[in-house]
Amino acid sequence: MTPAFLQSLTGAVLALEVPYWVSSAIKLGLVALVIPTAALMLGYVFLLKMMSFMQSRLGPMEAGPYGSLQLLADGVKFLQKEDIFPEKADRTVFALAPLVVLISTFLIYVVIPAGPDAVVAQLDVGIFYALAVSSLSVVGILMAGWASANKYALMGGLRAAGQLIAYELPLVLAVMGVVIQAGTLDLQKIVTAQAHGEIFGWGGIGNPFILTQFVGFFIFLVAVQAELTQPPFDMPVAESEIVGGYQVEYTGFRFLFFFMGEFGTAFAFAALAAVMFLGGWALPWGDLTHWGFNIAGPVILLIKTLAVATLIFWFRFTYPRLREDQLQRLAWKFLIPLSLVNIVVTGIFKVAL
Amino acid sequence: MSEFLRDYLLVVLFLGLAGALVFGMLGLSSLLRPTRSQSQKYLTYESGVDPVGSGWTQSNIRYYVFALLFVMFDVEAVFIFPWATRLEAYGTFGLIEMAIFIFILALGLLYAWRKSVLRWI
Repeated sequence: MTPAFLQSLTGAVLALEVPYWVSSAIKLGLVALVIPTAALMLGYVFLLKMMSFMQSRLGPMEAGPYGSLQLLADGVKFLQKEDIFPEKADRTVFALAPLVVLISTFLIYVVIPAGPDAVVAQLDVGIFYALAVSSLSVVGILMAGWASANKYALMGGLRAAGQLIAYELPLVLAVMGVVIQAGTLDLQKIVTAQAHGEIFGWGGIGNPFILTQFVGFFIFLVAVQAELTQPPFDMPVAESEIVGGYQVEYTGFRFLFFFMGEFGTAFAFAALAAVMFLGGWALPWGDLTHWGFNIAGPVILLIKTLAVATLIFWFRFTYPRLREDQLQRLAWKFLIPLSLVNIVVTGIFKVAL
Repeated sequence: MSEFLRDYLLVVLFLGLAGALVFGMLGLSSLLRPTRSQSQKYLTYESGVDPVGSGWTQSNIRYYVFALLFVMFDVEAVFIFPWATRLEAYGTFGLIEMAIFIFILALGLLYAWRKSVLRWI
């Protein structure tokens, strides 16, 4: 690189005025708080409490009121665990794998809008970007599986890769219906399109795309379930078969990063589903550019997100694990053809109406 | 710096944030955790018995075939996205074009199906 280029580059960075850095710092700080909080909340409310109640037991009750601090206690416990690298492992890749998984989780949060101005960065390619960075986690999981030099880990890593890429396609194709209806990839504009939308000329409740894209919503939910490697799609981390799959050699906080990544991504995907299918932060009535939506928006989005998350976790606690062949059959022979048909039908309706 | 680049600078900052969280927590943990090395601890886990052979074993070829199929379909999906955003402008012409494209795509899937590539085992 020539010095002139470097000079112009530093010039460009210095030209950013102070408010940019301040607002960026605030956004970074907020999201750094939101992600662990979201992971803890989902873990406590659904994984510990809802599952316990569904199985007629109380779940954790000791740490804090109703066991609400249980996960924090677990976190502190993990903090004190010895950091073990297996001697045969590929050390660098082994150490970096949790980082890659966590990066993929963090980057999804950049585009999720929580209000007219309450968004980290309003990218034009919004949803496309979110799907792209969410699939980065496959790389991290394959790295973890391969670098452990363990037969269980390798098998789990390969199973995870096979599953994640198979369900990546229905996920992407299900979103296509929403993109056709809204005519944009920008999540902020998808929200406005839903609030101002009309169903066959009637705009009383706007057009939350779940009403017209219910097939897409169904495919999206199933695919998200598989992307999170949760039951009934938990082949890659099946404890009773391959003792945790790609996580088997990880200890202490490195192990916890996979957990955080999983629940952080669960929240992000639930939020994405809420934004794309349930109308996001907006209500169909009122002025969407009003500043009040910056305060009310996050609350509305949170309620919708938790509604989607309830569905996701409800599936998790209800169905038994699928076999590898059933899993691939469901993706390739049912979900992908269905989502292709969904795209064509949505297109026909869009052009005809 | 343009608005466009600023938005992507935020993406880079988030990447740094994830890195800071990982290294920060591991750094904090290194102050608290014990390190008592013992050769047994560093053995590869294999259900409690001594590991046999290398951990990097051969695996099923199916994973590779599915990965190839995935690459094909994912590239197609990238082509559908720009069309989906502009469908209103293209109208019937765009719809018929994409119907042909998706038909060919479905033929590919059907071919793989007939060749029983989609069957595990």
